[in-house]
Amino acid sequence: MKTWVYIDHFKGEALAASWEAIGAAKALGSDVSAVILGAGVEALANTAFEYGADEVLLGDNAALEDFRVENYATALSALASDVDLGLLLFPTTSRGRELAGMTAIDLNSGVLVDVVALEMDGDKVVATRPIYAGKLLQKTICNATPQIVTLRGRAFVMPEAEAGRTGTLTKVEVNIGEEKSTVEGYAEAGGGVSLTDAAVIVSGGRGTSNNPNIEPPADLDDDAAEVWRAQQGFALIGDLAETLGAAIGASRAAVDANYIPYANQVGQTGKVVSPDLYIANGISGAIQHLAGMRNSKVIVAINKDPDAPIFKKARYGVVGDLHQIVPALTEAMKAKLGK
Amino acid sequence: MKIVVCIKEVPDSAATLVAEDGEATWGDAPLVINPWDEYAVEAALNMGGDVTAISMGGDKTALKHALAMGCKEAILVSDDALGNIDTQGAAKVLAAAISKVGDVSMAFFGKQAIDGDAGITPAQTARVLGWSALTLAASIDVDDESVKVERSIEEGIQTINANLPAVFSIVKDYGEPRYPSFMGIRKASRAEIPEWNLAELGIEAPASIVEFIEIFNPPTREVSIEMIEGGSPAEIAETLAEKIMAEKIL
Repeated sequence: MKTWVYIDHFKGEALAASWEAIGAAKALGSDVSAVILGAGVEALANTAFEYGADEVLLGDNAALEDFRVENYATALSALASDVDLGLLLFPTTSRGRELAGMTAIDLNSGVLVDVVALEMDGDKVVATRPIYAGKLLQKTICNATPQIVTLRGRAFVMPEAEAGRTGTLTKVEVNIGEEKSTVEGYAEAGGGVSLTDAAVIVSGGRGTSNNPNIEPPADLDDDAAEVWRAQQGFALIGDLAETLGAAIGASRAAVDANYIPYANQVGQTGKVVSPDLYIANGISGAIQHLAGMRNSKVIVAINKDPDAPIFKKARYGVVGDLHQIVPALTEAMKAKLGK
Repeated sequence: MKIVVCIKEVPDSAATLVAEDGEATWGDAPLVINPWDEYAVEAALNMGGDVTAISMGGDKTALKHALAMGCKEAILVSDDALGNIDTQGAAKVLAAAISKVGDVSMAFFGKQAIDGDAGITPAQTARVLGWSALTLAASIDVDDESVKVERSIEEGIQTINANLPAVFSIVKDYGEPRYPSFMGIRKASRAEIPEWNLAELGIEAPASIVEFIEIFNPPTREVSIEMIEGGSPAEIAETLAEKIMAEKIL
């Protein structure tokens, strides 16, 4: 079955889930063509070969400098409609999702979104995807071609890069259609490790504001004093995260109380994550939060309340004050990791 | 120029979901407006015009919530043929409904629905309409026929300029949605909510290209918790650090 994998990148930096998608396609037994669209992105082709692509379709065009979904979809749909394509894979990134969606409309096909497992049934791909934030799973198929699937990051094994591996580089002309929008610019996020790619996440909840041993500045009102307290708590979480090379997460309660930006929220109305290690600090474990992190490999919970629901999902638990345990854990981990 | 917000009814986010006979069940948990859609209603109301809320399926609970928040009109798109519709089909039906409202300049959506979690209907609806998809919007600044949007993407904020009409999807960074007012709730409870079927939209039932085979419960993970205790935070931290290292994930 002819299989294409769309390589999602931001200014020439590929998102890791793109390479995982190549690995997933190879695991289905397909020859894989990687599709790379952008401006000045030829270097990505070599990386795609190293991760297992047999062919790279490279649409390099100055008009593709900024990702605008309408134009990328027009270009990709035109390329795909020229061939008898069986399967078109995307990583489930914000760009991959929408590009897959528009391409499906153009090609009169359908999308199986945010898939965590794939199997073949004849020439059909049977995809398993989480619904209701992973409270349930759903098996779906696409009854048209190309079958369009977006794959969740970290759900498929990252292939080993084989240095020096090469393949067929095919440069393609792209037609971007009408330009409906212009990108004015970008502002970086707070920095640090992205939650959805993170192998380790250190999270904080309401408990971050409960340190009795610190005194907020006297000129703050009650709300501001609470936020100030929480920020001292999140500073401790940040230190541990930095030591572990981890992303910083938060419960909805912490976000709604303005302790930390929404970008850090883990849960049903935040980000759904599946790191190798998730350390929950001062998070009680509401069902919506558990839905967002339940697939973490190892969960550590630190909470003052021995009855907190988070302990039901955790591998290791500490009943105690995060303001004492977290700094001590940071020191202990620094020693273990030689930092 | 009119403003539309497309909303959906879903089981409350606190509901316990269980698969039975290949279908999702949620006991007696209430159906509510999709939480993401409340942000979409908020954004739509902030544009300063009259807002029409459209929902496909459901029993009008979500639409009444939207009316109570301040939407001027609500329309339920309802048809027996919409039972197992996929996102492609939903996009075609919603695009037809938006066209029937007529003279729409902005159509708002939540980022995704918390039941299906696909998050592609806004982009697909835009594609069917041939409009710009200005998704994941954290701020929207309209100037006559043009609009400037700050989009919340993995790498930070992308600022994009486009012309109307356009489809928007709204993320939580936009700002907290308002609560329905007492007067709003009273008005919503008395409101007439018209129903449109596919014939009235002038379209055939879209074929569902995506086939849903079954829904099942995720494998239960038996986690046996090990409580770490000790005489001091340092002692607890040391034991915990050893346990974490022994997992060989760092």
